[in-house]
Amino acid sequence: MDIVVCIKRVPDVAEADVEIERSGLRIDDSDLSWGMNEWDTFAVEEALRLEAEHGGTVTALTVGGEDDEEVLRRALAMGADTAIRLADDAFEGSDPLAVATVLAAAIRKRPYDLVLTGAVSGDTGSAQLGGMLAALLGAGQVALATRTAFANGKLEVQHEVEGGLERVVELDLPAVVTVQTGINEPRYVSIRGIRKVASVEIPVEGAGDLGLDVAAVGAAGAREALSELFLPPTGEGAEILEGGPDEVAEKLVERLRERGGI
Amino acid sequence: MSTNTNQNPKILCVVERAGAGLDDTAWELLGAARALAGEGGSVGAALLGEGVGELANELARGYDDVWVFDDARFASWDGEAYARALAPLAQREQPALILAAHTNLGIDFAPGFSVRAGVPLLPDCLSLESAGDGSAWEAVRTVYGGKVHARMTCTPSEQGAMATLRAGAFAAAEPGAEVTGRVHAEDVGDDVGQGRRPVRTVEPEASEVDITQAAVLVAVGRGIEDEENLEIVQSLAEALGGEVACSRPVVDKGWLPKSRQVGTSGLTVKPKVYLAVGISGSFQHVGGIKGSPFLVAINKDARAPIFGVADVGVVGDLFDVVPALEAKIREAKG
Repeated sequence: MDIVVCIKRVPDVAEADVEIERSGLRIDDSDLSWGMNEWDTFAVEEALRLEAEHGGTVTALTVGGEDDEEVLRRALAMGADTAIRLADDAFEGSDPLAVATVLAAAIRKRPYDLVLTGAVSGDTGSAQLGGMLAALLGAGQVALATRTAFANGKLEVQHEVEGGLERVVELDLPAVVTVQTGINEPRYVSIRGIRKVASVEIPVEGAGDLGLDVAAVGAAGAREALSELFLPPTGEGAEILEGGPDEVAEKLVERLRERGGI
Repeated sequence: MSTNTNQNPKILCVVERAGAGLDDTAWELLGAARALAGEGGSVGAALLGEGVGELANELARGYDDVWVFDDARFASWDGEAYARALAPLAQREQPALILAAHTNLGIDFAPGFSVRAGVPLLPDCLSLESAGDGSAWEAVRTVYGGKVHARMTCTPSEQGAMATLRAGAFAAAEPGAEVTGRVHAEDVGDDVGQGRRPVRTVEPEASEVDITQAAVLVAVGRGIEDEENLEIVQSLAEALGGEVACSRPVVDKGWLPKSRQVGTSGLTVKPKVYLAVGISGSFQHVGGIKGSPFLVAINKDARAPIFGVADVGVVGDLFDVVPALEAKIREAKG
């Protein structure tokens, strides 16, 4: 089975104090560490697991600049066979549909049975790449997969629906599946593992290589634009208790008592 | 499409079912759509399912038009089949705006449908309004795990635009007592449902505790850092006479079973008191907390979105606060 995995480099904001740049259009990422989008690490692992079981190839793709090569190297260190960076000045300012259009063009160029990608990204969190890719490729799709299994030319996918329920569906290939966290345990990559792939040449493909109309991608084709980033207002919501651990604990006990929690 | 398309627009809402009824979001979409459509606009619903005539009538107590796709292939949600079925409807009715809910099912449906319908998609909106004198839509959505809000502008294509709305973010419209809308039975094409077939539905695993029945929940998240640290929340829950629950990362790590997970992909709980310990408060987690409990958040990140929904917050190290709280509770109980 030939599998393409679409991955993205994002800043880790889980523990960070996020500040917004003066422009209002970017967060200040100078102190943030960057890495592969968490959901995508599960997608790469799932691809490698399916490859180990059924043979084939795993190709990692990302749309981005030179800094973004880092996540392709990680995918190679995890065991991907090929990594390609999709970059072109014409891709600047792409909206989500344009990013999907670039990836679809790159996927179409090669034989593929399955496209995997993280269900969500930790930055924009819009959860739309997989479904858009599938529609552009004319392939089937399932979102939020928690298990995949390949047998008799079909892919069985368990995915999250509503109310804690999951559903198993059978997909014809080719198909696009978006992967939830927890589907597997992404393998650990050592520094040595990264060093081993440090000198691998990662090819870059641009609009010309992909046969893309530059008017359809980048800022020119974008129908969506960010007008402003802002921090959610504080002061709304919780009454913040101040003091040392014992002091706040005492205040909490009082509140809990008032509300019938004790 | 010319400018001022958002003046008195025609809006199409793709509604979800939940169990045998309609999902709450069906009325939230109506509330949002009515506000945007104004007096002169119209708001329709598309409903897919098998044997859903009753539900269609229910929708017609609030929506002006209800387009019903009644077919065995729609018995269970299939984002792809739904998208194939609805694309011709959108083409025929030409709504200026298409709305759906940003739920697990919406995520399975909306992105592919937006491409098929040829419209840009604003996903997971917390607010949505007309902008640019009616030539664009403006939405606020969350980015970076809810720590930052983004104001987005979307310019419709010739075919219009689409947005998915976060569940619970828009006030629901109440259905009227009488059926006032028109119900239309729609044909279903042959290509619908090809390539993807339902096999079975998987119920959550049964477990020794039922967190959906607990009055007091101590929920723990990523901030607990290590499996062995769970002990401190277990003792806190014990002191409070409550149960331990958790957010998704704790289940992903295999530290607690899925039967303890609260959220849109876990269980929906309705306790009286909910302590969120080391939980950032993603909408997927908060979406599983119903019944307006007294919500206490303990988190070292003052910017964690959980403080936006909590009643009382402590910005601090859970490893200091939780043991101190347990001691005070045991003291108070004597």
